[in-house]
Amino acid sequence: MKTWNDVTRRNMLQLSAAGIGGMALGSPLRTSAANPGKARSVIQIWMWGGPSHLDTFDPKPEAGADYCGPYTTPVATNVDGIRICEKLPLLAKQADKFSIIRSMTHGNNAHETASYITQTGRRPGTGDSYPCAGAVVSLFKGYNAGYQGLLPPYIVLTKPQGRFSESGFMGLRYKPFATGGKPNAPVFAVEGVVQEGITEARQRERRALLHNLETLGRRMEGNPAFGKMDRCEDLAYELVLGDAGKVFDIKTEDPKLRERYGRSDFGASCLIARRLVEQGVPYITINYNGWDTHKKHFEIVNRKLPEMDRGFATLLEDLADRGLLDSTIVWWGGEFGRTPKIMWDAPWNGGRSHHGKCFTHVVAGGGFSGGHVIGASDEKGMEVADRPVYPWDLIGSIYEQMGIDSTARLPHPQGLDVRVSPTEADGMTMGGRLREIMS
Amino acid sequence: MKKAGSFGLSIAVFVIVLATARNACASPNRASATIDRLVFGKLKEQGIPPSAPCTDEVFLRRVYLDMTGTLPTPQQTRKFLSINSANKRTKLIEELFERGEFADYWAMKWCDLLRVKAEFPSNLWPNAVQAYHRWVRTALYNNMPYDEFARTLLTSSGSNFRVAPVNFYRAVPRHEGDAIAQVVALTFMGMRTDGWDRERLMGMATFFGNVGYKKTAEWKEEIVFFCPTQHLVDPETKQPVAARFPDGTEPRLQPGQDPRVAFADWLIGNDAFSRSIVNRIWYWLLGRGIVHEPDDFRADNPPLNPELLDYLAGELVDSGYDLRHIFRIILNSKTYQLSSIFSEGNRRDKSCFSHYYVRRMDAEVLIDALNQITRTTEPYSSAIPEPFTWIPKNQRAVQLADGSITSPFLDLFGRPPRDSGFESERNNTPSAAQRLHMLNSTHIQKKIMNNPQLLGMYHKKSDKGKKKKATLVWRTPEKAVENMYLTILSRYPSEDEMEVALAYDRDSGLKRRDASIDVVWALLNTKEFIYKH
Repeated sequence: MKTWNDVTRRNMLQLSAAGIGGMALGSPLRTSAANPGKARSVIQIWMWGGPSHLDTFDPKPEAGADYCGPYTTPVATNVDGIRICEKLPLLAKQADKFSIIRSMTHGNNAHETASYITQTGRRPGTGDSYPCAGAVVSLFKGYNAGYQGLLPPYIVLTKPQGRFSESGFMGLRYKPFATGGKPNAPVFAVEGVVQEGITEARQRERRALLHNLETLGRRMEGNPAFGKMDRCEDLAYELVLGDAGKVFDIKTEDPKLRERYGRSDFGASCLIARRLVEQGVPYITINYNGWDTHKKHFEIVNRKLPEMDRGFATLLEDLADRGLLDSTIVWWGGEFGRTPKIMWDAPWNGGRSHHGKCFTHVVAGGGFSGGHVIGASDEKGMEVADRPVYPWDLIGSIYEQMGIDSTARLPHPQGLDVRVSPTEADGMTMGGRLREIMS
Repeated sequence: MKKAGSFGLSIAVFVIVLATARNACASPNRASATIDRLVFGKLKEQGIPPSAPCTDEVFLRRVYLDMTGTLPTPQQTRKFLSINSANKRTKLIEELFERGEFADYWAMKWCDLLRVKAEFPSNLWPNAVQAYHRWVRTALYNNMPYDEFARTLLTSSGSNFRVAPVNFYRAVPRHEGDAIAQVVALTFMGMRTDGWDRERLMGMATFFGNVGYKKTAEWKEEIVFFCPTQHLVDPETKQPVAARFPDGTEPRLQPGQDPRVAFADWLIGNDAFSRSIVNRIWYWLLGRGIVHEPDDFRADNPPLNPELLDYLAGELVDSGYDLRHIFRIILNSKTYQLSSIFSEGNRRDKSCFSHYYVRRMDAEVLIDALNQITRTTEPYSSAIPEPFTWIPKNQRAVQLADGSITSPFLDLFGRPPRDSGFESERNNTPSAAQRLHMLNSTHIQKKIMNNPQLLGMYHKKSDKGKKKKATLVWRTPEKAVENMYLTILSRYPSEDEMEVALAYDRDSGLKRRDASIDVVWALLNTKEFIYKH
């Protein structure tokens, strides 16, 4: 049996889903030396399915009931002149911490393609699948860049996207580690790390049994593929039996704080995300699903918005209280917004459809100043009225805050020369980085 | 009686037809012997000794996994191991060709290469995916000659729902001649065009410049057709480009003729076509191409054993492009049937095929094997179109038509996203996250706990009349362990292994059920299970 000493910390990069010896890097990694980055971590709250911009951060009560539905009285925030949906009173008290981009646009209304655009900051149809922001951050801030943690550098709570391949052409190695399980359950059974009902003693006995039954492995001692398996096993048990896995156990947190985050899987995910940031994990995505509200939209969001409000608002407050908000970017948004005009007829019965022409994202922390609104939608939220922001502008700004050089090369399996961020030279229309709020 | 007679006659005719068709190529035995002569000759030249032949139990598991992506059942294992006949391996290979799982598995591999996916970056949409997958699977099931297979994909016109092979052109990320040329070169010539000069690519692109696409009134239907009035211009020079085959020769095109036909004729007559596919088959079965990577043919990446590659390509052409002939002569060779256990003399060999190179099971094959062993299923669903479609519970992962339908397990274990059509998209390298999942996930633990038979129980019929339900009772520990080995590793346990397993049951202090769970858990985590060997 190999001991821990046989395994260098560098081998930890295999904890990202791909494994030891993925692809060779095309070029040495560059993070611009002049700017080490204000931010160290990103928490991405992915509003899976596309949340309505009107019913969250871009209320339009003046547009009439066919647009705003029952939400006629937006709530004032702690920042003069900014109001948000009345269902978000706790976030209203934190508005000085975040900025609202009301002019997000890409024009695509299909989930898969829009998710790809919004999370990779690339246009589709290039013949290549680009990596999403989490994969790029884990490339530049993960093990290649000296990250030493046992925890994988890119973690998803709880389910992976499935809509597109997160790591694109960079391959499995940069895929996120998806926890699975239910964060709010009495035991959050993180797939592989935490298992109910198997004691530590039994874990050890089992492992000895496995080694005793490893007949072929013994006969092929020295096979490189099997050697990799052994190292992976050592790492796996470090996480199962060591301390690193305890980050997922929120029972030790103050019950009052847990209450403030909300006793929901989303609330617990926000709390765990904060704990992961404390451990130095550079990218955490909370895949928050259920926002694809074609039918009975208001019934659903009436139920979901308070849950979101608690988790998101408490996360911002808690990060700020612990002095972590300055170094942690919180990014909220989905693949698109929802159609401003409500479809009252059957079968929708008050539904909203996909709307990629104009939608809202929110950023906070990590060098993004709060209390601002960037851009504007028109009076009905249909079109961008001012200062369009494309996903590549937003993601490029996040990379800049993380100190990732936008001209650095990405490792490409066929050795093609591709860079971190696209530019006008790639035929992209640019809205420009979020200079308004970047300090 | 009369009926039976005519049946017999038709069999006779069938045999004659088969015999005639095979006349041109070597008999399988002789061809396998030629492969061995070429491989062992190379080994001798390099001073590398080959490993010993593999045992029957190793062969059984290997050939099941390589040909059908499916583990043998304990019954099949017992039966095969009990047969005493010199040609039982050859017979098993022939039996496996006829299995639906053979077509399922190779349809999966082909759909990886053809990027069969409902949405992003190939936007085929679910109904076209189903039609396309079915066409590919049927072609493989019926052993459609490979020249016909390629020709049909390259020259079809019509609706994406009704003429399924037209989806070949829809699965190209950009509907432009040069993008199509890139995909055709990769798929059928094993070549990457990024190293080509522009003129060569655009000359080939012109053959696909008349591929038109149009919508119909039916939702998501698209017609792919020959559009004579559409002409390709070089996007850089804005000038029309003359059609030229990748080898530099010029076609003789008649006005009004679909140039795709001329291209297909040229392609099928070209060595690159036959070499590329026999090399792929070699790679699929032996884990490494004679040209490696298998989709990177170029002058400065020569075949390690050119005689072997030429021989296989010649066999393909002489057999009338019979893919199964190539499978057959490789699978029956001594080369394929070498042990994976290396010796001091050949442990460093990675490319001369001195032993069978171990490979991790494909993601789909691994989850299907786990499900077969534990009698469980996986939920698969398609997110498009809304509302979601749920795939029937007993569907195996290997049978999934659509690359857009996935699961966390498949993602974690490196199933290709079907983005690019490169073989390297499939990633079978081990990772700690995979190890965590196999060693300690609730997902796997629940599966193990699901199957009482696997844990060592059987249904005992009550003797108090039929009405009473059968009850589950324990087998003897020895029988239970034997059954675990046959089910999971497709072999009987050795005496030592039996003793280790029995001792665990006796000494661990766990209840019998928990001890059994742990033995099953351990076997599922051995390299012998996770790897093809």
